[in-house]
Amino acid sequence: MSSFTELDSEIVPVDAEPRRVQGRTPWQLAWTRFRRDRLAVASLVVLALMVVFAALAPLWAHWTGHPYDATFPKTALDPSGQPVGPGRHFWLGADQLGRDVLVRAAYGARISLVVGVAAAVLASVIGVAVGVLAGFVGGVLDTVLARMMDITLALPYLLVAIMLATTFQLTSVAASVSLTIVVIAFFSFAAFGRIIRGQVLSLREKEFIEAARSLGAGNLRIMAVDVLPNLMAQVTVLTSLLIPTSIVFEATLSFLGVGVRLPMPSWGSMLGEGSDVFQTAWWLLAVPAFLLLLTTLSFNLLGDGIRDALDPRGDRHSGKK
Amino acid sequence: MSLLEVTDLRVSFRTADGVVRAVRGVSFSVDAGRTLGIVGESGSGKSVSTQTLMGLTPGAQVSGEAWFDGQDLLAMPERQMRRVRGAQIGMIFQDPLSSLHPLYKVGWQIEEMIKAHEPDMSKEQARKRAVEMLGLVGIPQPDRRVDDYPHQFSGGMRQRAMIAMALALNPKLIIADEPTTALDATVQMQILDLMRRLQGEFDTALIMITHDLGVIADMADDVLVMYGGQAVEHAGRRDLYYRPHHPYTVGLLESVPSAAAGRGARLKAIAGQPPSLINLPSGCVFHPRCEYVMERCRVDEPPLDEVGGEPLSPGAAHRSACWLPHRITGLDEQAAQARRRASDEGRSVGGDER
Amino acid sequence: MSELPEGLHALPEGLHAATARPAEAAQDDVLVSAEGVVKYFPIKQGIVFKKEVARVHAVDGVDLRVRRGETLGIVGESGSGKSTLARCITGLHPVTSGRILFEGTDITKLSKSGLKAFRRDVQMIFQDPYGSLNPRRRVGSIIGDPFAIHNIADGADRKKRVQELMELVGLNPEHYNRFPAEFSGGQRQRIGVARALALKPKLIVCDEPVSALDVSIQAQVINLLKDLQDELGLTYIFIAHDLSVVRYVSDRVGVMYLGRIGESAAAEELYERPRHPYSAALLSAASIADPDEAERAERIVLIGDVPSPIDPPSGCRFHPRCPKAQERCVAEEPALVVRDGDAADHLTACHFPVEPGEVLAHEHAGISQVSTEPELPEVEQ
Repeated sequence: MSSFTELDSEIVPVDAEPRRVQGRTPWQLAWTRFRRDRLAVASLVVLALMVVFAALAPLWAHWTGHPYDATFPKTALDPSGQPVGPGRHFWLGADQLGRDVLVRAAYGARISLVVGVAAAVLASVIGVAVGVLAGFVGGVLDTVLARMMDITLALPYLLVAIMLATTFQLTSVAASVSLTIVVIAFFSFAAFGRIIRGQVLSLREKEFIEAARSLGAGNLRIMAVDVLPNLMAQVTVLTSLLIPTSIVFEATLSFLGVGVRLPMPSWGSMLGEGSDVFQTAWWLLAVPAFLLLLTTLSFNLLGDGIRDALDPRGDRHSGKK
Repeated sequence: MSLLEVTDLRVSFRTADGVVRAVRGVSFSVDAGRTLGIVGESGSGKSVSTQTLMGLTPGAQVSGEAWFDGQDLLAMPERQMRRVRGAQIGMIFQDPLSSLHPLYKVGWQIEEMIKAHEPDMSKEQARKRAVEMLGLVGIPQPDRRVDDYPHQFSGGMRQRAMIAMALALNPKLIIADEPTTALDATVQMQILDLMRRLQGEFDTALIMITHDLGVIADMADDVLVMYGGQAVEHAGRRDLYYRPHHPYTVGLLESVPSAAAGRGARLKAIAGQPPSLINLPSGCVFHPRCEYVMERCRVDEPPLDEVGGEPLSPGAAHRSACWLPHRITGLDEQAAQARRRASDEGRSVGGDER
Repeated sequence: MSELPEGLHALPEGLHAATARPAEAAQDDVLVSAEGVVKYFPIKQGIVFKKEVARVHAVDGVDLRVRRGETLGIVGESGSGKSTLARCITGLHPVTSGRILFEGTDITKLSKSGLKAFRRDVQMIFQDPYGSLNPRRRVGSIIGDPFAIHNIADGADRKKRVQELMELVGLNPEHYNRFPAEFSGGQRQRIGVARALALKPKLIVCDEPVSALDVSIQAQVINLLKDLQDELGLTYIFIAHDLSVVRYVSDRVGVMYLGRIGESAAAEELYERPRHPYSAALLSAASIADPDEAERAERIVLIGDVPSPIDPPSGCRFHPRCPKAQERCVAEEPALVVRDGDAADHLTACHFPVEPGEVLAHEHAGISQVSTEPELPEVEQ
């Protein structure tokens, strides 16, 4: 019976009076809900540890006496030239050139986190700007921006990224990191912008926007005061979910040798190097793969937790009208 | 024995914010050919009650009994319930657009419902029945409109189609939940007119849920007033409108602007806000908003007792859940003064006397 | 578009300083008037190159005048264009043609800054107490928005004025820092009223201000609006589909049907002696919360539904549903004028107005009767 299936939302007694909570912001309420979500809190802890691990990379290098780009042929390679496995001197083993995998993984974590977060933030800033402009201003601007996003989404991103890397032939680490961030952001903002544009289109029809207009508020003020704050929950969730995607994107580029320049280690390039010899030296693959998996999984769980915290029962009041 | 007899229905939901006690001990009954109006504001539990009877409140904790034609709806397994729903009890909702599936033709939806309950019926017969029903509810050229999609119907026609669907299997009871709230005044009148006519023709029992006192005055034989998940007053239509006892009913009737009051006179509003169903007030659920509140109201929950007196129209016995003396009924200034006096006494003595 | 060069764009600053207004205004002290206001919404199709395929005739030639200090009620069913008209008068929708004069200034020709100044004088109260308040902002900031937009009061001064407003509309000023979600529907509507009052406007357009509220709360808000009118000398345009509410609050009432005003008169006059068959039918359909009166009431059941405003009927727009329709109604559009024997401000747009005492044919759009359905192509219109 089709006529009864869509009733559920009406049955939930949403018209029960909202709880009287003294002046707590929606963000405070979200934080309260977030704290109850064990999986999300665990993810946050894991990520915090990962940040510490990455931040202290120079310290690991100092303690072990193994800078990330130094080779130790005598201690790290066995007589037959094979790298040594996890042990007392090299906790997570060494690679084919005799470098310390632990130290390199820590520096790789820096790259992953920096690139992942920076690219996601950059993409969301561009995405929000484009989405809000397209959705709110509308008209020709909307047509142009929407088509631009369509075209961006249609581009074969790996081919373009490889092409860019070979064209620019960057040698400095900083420049290659920046280019990687820009490339990732360029291929991520469009999907982001589209979602924001859709949100803005529905926000634009809300009466409080009309109310602001009738008070004499201009477009800029309405966008800043009324539109943006109502997008922040969505933006936070989308950005937190974009970080793991960006990390994987960076790893992919570095694996292919078009991401972060060597000798600066990245989990992607470590995976690339390790894939040649993983039958004899499994840790070369296992360490970066595990860290990558742990980080992206944590970010994804964190994103889900944030979404649940910000929007516990779906958009409660929008259905009222 | 009435067609439907509901006794002590209780419904609650667990939510993140606490247990919502949506319905707390409601009883009512409907006979064939008669109309029970259930009035209440949002959060009064009026819709949840009937949805629960139809097994449409998944996840709710339900207790009580609901005897319909010799079977207890609340104790019924879902498979059996499905056979009752639609076939023996038809439903009409506020928003026909969300009750009709947008991707299927209107006629097909009626046919499917008929076939689901009468598997022996052939496709042709079901279609013929659907056309017949659409014609019956006043849809022009039903043999053509039967192949239209819901969006091709106007709001009034969709509501007619919903009524056609509800009536297709000749149910004994129809539950209409705010059937005309989304419609314009002139269309609302058409639909009410139609429902009244069809009810007379098929001797159907009707439960009409609405917040609109005008619709109830027009349609109902008996009226149940709900507030905060409870029945606060239950009476025949004329008794309820002309001899109301419960201060909430009085307040509701007085807050409707009427021609008699005229411009200039202030409307009598009920102060305050409806109660939270999670944190219910102690004693009488209406006491925080009641202008005649007595000491006892804050502590003891008044039972839904018979008010007595000569009924103005045949129908349900007049009952009210209020500690005020039962002899005080009505809307006039005299009644208001009597209530005020009684509540003043109740405040000082503690109000044991009724 | 009517041409009247307006040299004056911005309203003089002195106008806003005036806060005291006479509660009872002179008979012809017109605050706002509409002259031949038309508003079409184009329906566009196409992905890159959008072209207009049809237009919704939302408001199609409306004249009205509102006197200072009075309440003009506008009733009509969905699709009648009453909300669009409200938004034209408040300057939210640019009109397709026609003039809207506010204190003698044509607001359809105002510059951007002139429009901003105009918005201080005309405010709006919206229907949806949930949708009309930004859920992410605190109540204090919502009510203080007008001050911020027009750079009026700042800091502690703004807070003080916001709290005064909250008190004025019956809200607890201590709730300044709460969010809209912490208030019930009726309280939210009060927040909307406070925001509309902040700039001491002369005209408030209320678009279905109580229809989303429960009955007992409706009365609270209506009383509040009336008290404020008495206290501040406000002028209201009050739009609603609830006929008894409109009768209760209005001095004069206009009945809209498919983008036109069919009849307008003093409230009592209109409700007691409607001349337009549509007004008569609409008023007879009003629900009456009194069983005996409801039984006695003579209901005029109209056939069919309101036709689509995309392709409105020719001549009198009501003719396909009108029990009195004749050939002339199909061909010729009736003018909104005073009909024989009516008061000077009782205007009716009908060739064959309802005579006093006349009983309109009771059409029953009921069982197995084919009614005129506007969606059907073969129905002649």
